[in-house]
Amino acid sequence: MSAASLKEKYIGKLTFWKVVFFIVVAIGIYATYVRYFRGLGASTNLSDQFPWGLWIGFDVMCGVALAAGGFTLAAVVYIFNIKHFHPVIRPAILTAFLGYLLVIVGILFDLGKPWNIWHPLVMWNPHSVMFEVAWCVMLYTTVLALEFSPVVFEKFRMEKPLKIIKSITIPLVMLGVLLSTLHQSSLGSLFLIVPEKLYPLWYSPLLPVFFFISALMVGFAMVIFESYLSARAFNKSLEKPLLMEIARGVVFMAMLYLILKALDFTRRDAWGYLFQANFETLMFWLEVGGGVIIPMILLSIPRIRRNQTALFWSVSLVVVGLVMNRMNIAITGMQRSAGVTYYPSWMEVFITLTIVAIGFAAFRMIAKHFPIFETTEPIPAPIKKKVKVSVRSKQALLETS
Amino acid sequence: MSYGILFDVTQCIGCEGCMYACREKNNLPDNSEHKLSAKNYTVVKSKDDLYYRQMCMHCEDPACASVCPVGALEKTAEGPVVYDSSKCMGCRYCMVACPFNVPKYEWGSANPVVSKCVMCYDRVKDGKMPACAEACPTGATTFGNRDELLKEAHRRIDENPDQYYPHVYGEKEAGGTSVLILSSVAFPEIGYKTAGYDKAFPEYTWQVMKEIPNVVAFGGIFMYGLWWIINRRMKIEDGTMTTHMDGKEQE
Repeated sequence: MSAASLKEKYIGKLTFWKVVFFIVVAIGIYATYVRYFRGLGASTNLSDQFPWGLWIGFDVMCGVALAAGGFTLAAVVYIFNIKHFHPVIRPAILTAFLGYLLVIVGILFDLGKPWNIWHPLVMWNPHSVMFEVAWCVMLYTTVLALEFSPVVFEKFRMEKPLKIIKSITIPLVMLGVLLSTLHQSSLGSLFLIVPEKLYPLWYSPLLPVFFFISALMVGFAMVIFESYLSARAFNKSLEKPLLMEIARGVVFMAMLYLILKALDFTRRDAWGYLFQANFETLMFWLEVGGGVIIPMILLSIPRIRRNQTALFWSVSLVVVGLVMNRMNIAITGMQRSAGVTYYPSWMEVFITLTIVAIGFAAFRMIAKHFPIFETTEPIPAPIKKKVKVSVRSKQALLETS
Repeated sequence: MSYGILFDVTQCIGCEGCMYACREKNNLPDNSEHKLSAKNYTVVKSKDDLYYRQMCMHCEDPACASVCPVGALEKTAEGPVVYDSSKCMGCRYCMVACPFNVPKYEWGSANPVVSKCVMCYDRVKDGKMPACAEACPTGATTFGNRDELLKEAHRRIDENPDQYYPHVYGEKEAGGTSVLILSSVAFPEIGYKTAGYDKAFPEYTWQVMKEIPNVVAFGGIFMYGLWWIINRRMKIEDGTMTTHMDGKEQE
């Protein structure tokens, strides 16, 4: 094969986004070199006053939350048995699986001694939330790999493993939901031990609950978000009726979230913080106003749910709001007590961008070569119901005759 | 027996002998950073005519040890909170969690470790006092049994009430610390945060962590029950499972 045709096969036509991708990754590789050979001080703006920054706030905390679509939808399809959501479950699980792998990559950048990452396996401290986080990451990534494995088995027609994995689907999904519940909430629990450091707009004994509910909310939002983008990228039609239903899930979770927030603010007597002229208050309003209240109102309007562009932009607000929430807790809310202002270095930013870019590229590659999107609808839900009725009436006829 | 250190601000003359003794003991490089860092496990600071030390408080129930996922930080029976760099994976949760902002990091290293005062644990085990206490010429830093030091601290306050601010810092702060501090002025004025956090910090986390077995048990049973009921109803509905009046179920 000539060099030109090789290039054609593996790189294809150079588009604008491909050029962006390669530039970002090239800079990211340089930053990676600096990070590992010259240390965190040379590559990041982290300091003794501000030991956690962008990589914990975004790569880890947002990465995990944005992967929540996987367990949320798995629960909807397999436990609540709402089977007609099946067409969107594989992309959701793929997103979650890739998300978790990228979170692990992010952790490997952030840990001072990444080669000791396996230590929690043998050195236990069950009192540590970080220990819980470590185990949840390990176990849930394994579960996600297994949940994703049928795609690979199908592709290579491996009937036997496919049969085995399908027979344990239900326990696997339940395990995944339990681990996700623990993991999503534990990222909030990480901050329970800093009542005097985290700004009162965010510090609450209910942090783990807020993290869990907002993860469910963004889990639904991500399914819509990622379906819309996939539909555009792969020229396939959008599962619009399904997504409209999922949007209701977002609204429900947003309502639950806001009610709990209100109760929490009342109990902590923290309403006053909502009306102060400072940076934290501004960020809080942007987060909750722009990322929860406005999309909740928008998505509760049927006309907006029916319009796929409006639907997409509404759930985008939820995604951005979630990212703001996690970053506000990890960064904005911790700055005042630390007495320093932290902003990420360009190397931190480019390593994060590289990780995200690789995530997008991996999704695209896998979606292109593996059966992720169902091409043939099994039987659309309404017709299925009709079939059921006819079977029944047949039986009824047989019995009476 | 649990040891501790009593530091009396009113007796400190700011000679920085403790600082230099600490550097020598821990092989730390000479530096002029004058703040807690990977190069300084203790520093002497001043405000007006007062001199005061910053160092690890060696909490009775330390936040750093409770948050460390691999148990690299540990409260010893003798009192010092010690650190094992071979276990550490560098997550820096200890730095985030410490209410006194004590653990510092070797940011310039590609194989960094957490740095903090360990109350010269090796010396303490050998029956010697920490380097800083030995170096102190005025007795501002004294080492001994924590209970006795606490009594001594209260005795000083009682005997010279106009010389001391009537509070032993570290008696209750963060659930009590092995290092106790006496001062002539209110503690926040010289940078010792009080803020009224007398509860041991690990409790903030533990009240949630202890519910994990319940969440798993309840969640697991609830989910299985939900799945069982829904699945059974759907099977009955589409005729793959039938229930008869005699109560037998057939697949």
